[in-house]
Amino acid sequence: MTPLLSIEHVSKAYDTTQALDDVSIEIQPNEFFALLGPSGCGKTTLLRSIAGFEDPDSGAISILGDDGTSMSLLSLPPNKRPVNLMFQSYALFPHMNVRKNIAYGLEREGLSRSEVDARVAEVLETVSLVDKAKARPAQLSGGQRQRVALARAIVKRPRLLLLDEPLSALDRKVRVEMQLELKRLQHEVGITFVVVTHDQEEAMSMADRIAVMHDGRVQQIADPVTLYSRPANVFVADFIGSGTLLPGEVSGDTFSALERRLPCNNASGVHGPAVLMLRPESVRVTPDDSDACLRGAVIETHFYGGSSITAIRVDGVEQPVVARSAGAPRYSMGEEVGLLWDADEAVVLAVGGSSETPP
Amino acid sequence: MSKVGWLRLPLAVTYAFLYIPIVVLVIMSFNASKTPFVWTGFSTKWYGELLNNELIREGFINTMIVAVSATILATALGTMLAIGIARYFRSAIVEAYSLAPAIIPDLALAIGLLALFSLIGVSLSLVSVLLSHVVFGMAFVAAVVIARLGQTDSSLEEASRDLGASAVSTFFRITLPSIAPAIIAGALLVFTLSLDEFVVAYFTDGPTTPTLPIVIYSMVRFGVTPEINALAALLLLVSFTIVLSAQRITRLTDSV
Repeated sequence: MTPLLSIEHVSKAYDTTQALDDVSIEIQPNEFFALLGPSGCGKTTLLRSIAGFEDPDSGAISILGDDGTSMSLLSLPPNKRPVNLMFQSYALFPHMNVRKNIAYGLEREGLSRSEVDARVAEVLETVSLVDKAKARPAQLSGGQRQRVALARAIVKRPRLLLLDEPLSALDRKVRVEMQLELKRLQHEVGITFVVVTHDQEEAMSMADRIAVMHDGRVQQIADPVTLYSRPANVFVADFIGSGTLLPGEVSGDTFSALERRLPCNNASGVHGPAVLMLRPESVRVTPDDSDACLRGAVIETHFYGGSSITAIRVDGVEQPVVARSAGAPRYSMGEEVGLLWDADEAVVLAVGGSSETPP
Repeated sequence: MSKVGWLRLPLAVTYAFLYIPIVVLVIMSFNASKTPFVWTGFSTKWYGELLNNELIREGFINTMIVAVSATILATALGTMLAIGIARYFRSAIVEAYSLAPAIIPDLALAIGLLALFSLIGVSLSLVSVLLSHVVFGMAFVAAVVIARLGQTDSSLEEASRDLGASAVSTFFRITLPSIAPAIIAGALLVFTLSLDEFVVAYFTDGPTTPTLPIVIYSMVRFGVTPEINALAALLLLVSFTIVLSAQRITRLTDSV
């Protein structure tokens, strides 16, 4: 499939920092794509480069035109690009009411009054704000403002909608509602979404595919499940979800730590120092330690209602191994236990430099 | 509130200190007596005399010419300066220097301007007063507008560009409306400052076109007449109205 948006080898440096370092991403039509990373990772710079508010030093960004040919975005000013950006602050015009805010972009296109009215009415319906058409932004709640900002962007029918931290200004409760709402809307209007977020839960729950970024580089591009279960490197493993990283070494196709061979699924792509990533739900705690992979003493237990977390100190490992199990904690503090996991659920990652993407 | 009740006394004393001279001035402007410091009865005749005074009328016209033109020029230039600094340079040093003419002593500014005018051969007239008033007026407008621009979200302008508006269209539809209150406040400020500005005008004005403050000064040298009291009271009224409306305009829009 021809990608809707191609970002090829884009780099951008500020005085002392490399904001974007050889970034290449392809985004497919109708995809809900997320750029995820800690603050300062370059995700916002990339988004602003697509929208036209930053100029990359090198590289190319092109979009598939209506006629099926690709056109370069970088030479166009922001107002000539077939993309729209929903700003983190929403950037609603305070001196215009909701209707006028939404109509603004259509009026700039020089559409007839009747067409503008019809499209504004339609989009107000889509975001359920018909009764707020005459309200000023200052009179709206955070969730309503967010929907106005969204309506103002999608009414333009862009080929690509960019969303900069769309939910960060909302209360936690509204945020979860809006995650679902955004995803529903994206299907409804059939526009490709690229959302920037630092919140991994947000990215995982909404996006079809996620690009994890760090220090201006793309660390991994994958769907949420792959990202979680098969991280490409230590940074992704650490940033996404929680878990234990056991330091050790790979020789041949086996991973060993504490002078033991530990079960793992893919040691063959790695050589030398490595870590073994264990997700808490992959680790099983057993009182009978005869066939256990590792042994240790329980140092902490937490009960979270539906599930509980057990932290086990293993001699020779700095970080405790964390295991999640259903129900109440079954072990008491100080108890000696064995740890088990399936080889398929333990991922070996090279230390220093990224390994090959696991299968 | 009752805890600080005793603080009302110093507050009252302070306000008395500030406003008694003004109150005395206004009362004495209605004094029927020819000597301005002895009250003999209520009269509005000095206000009438004022209108018949040729010198004052001329001075008033000169002052209005300068104040209105200085307001227009300083507001336009000061706004452009503010936008340049707040949106394109973002340098604390450039910003500080733009405000300097508003802060440096009038006397220094006046002498500097006089020296410059004679150096480049500009003859002293209302035009030289006007240019001088634009110098500090611009600084005041820039200060007010920069503060306003600092409060407005620059992503509003980006959003406008993103929605398809050109840079020019964005300026008139988004930037200007959001800083309009500050521009109006700045303009009113320049107008009031120019209206009663004496030091700079005294140095840079030509001999045949005195502005109102210079006329008053030369009249007062021969003693304060009740006419002057009436004139001062009128100026006071104008300044108060303008300053209060400027304040109101800025406050009204702070909530946005």
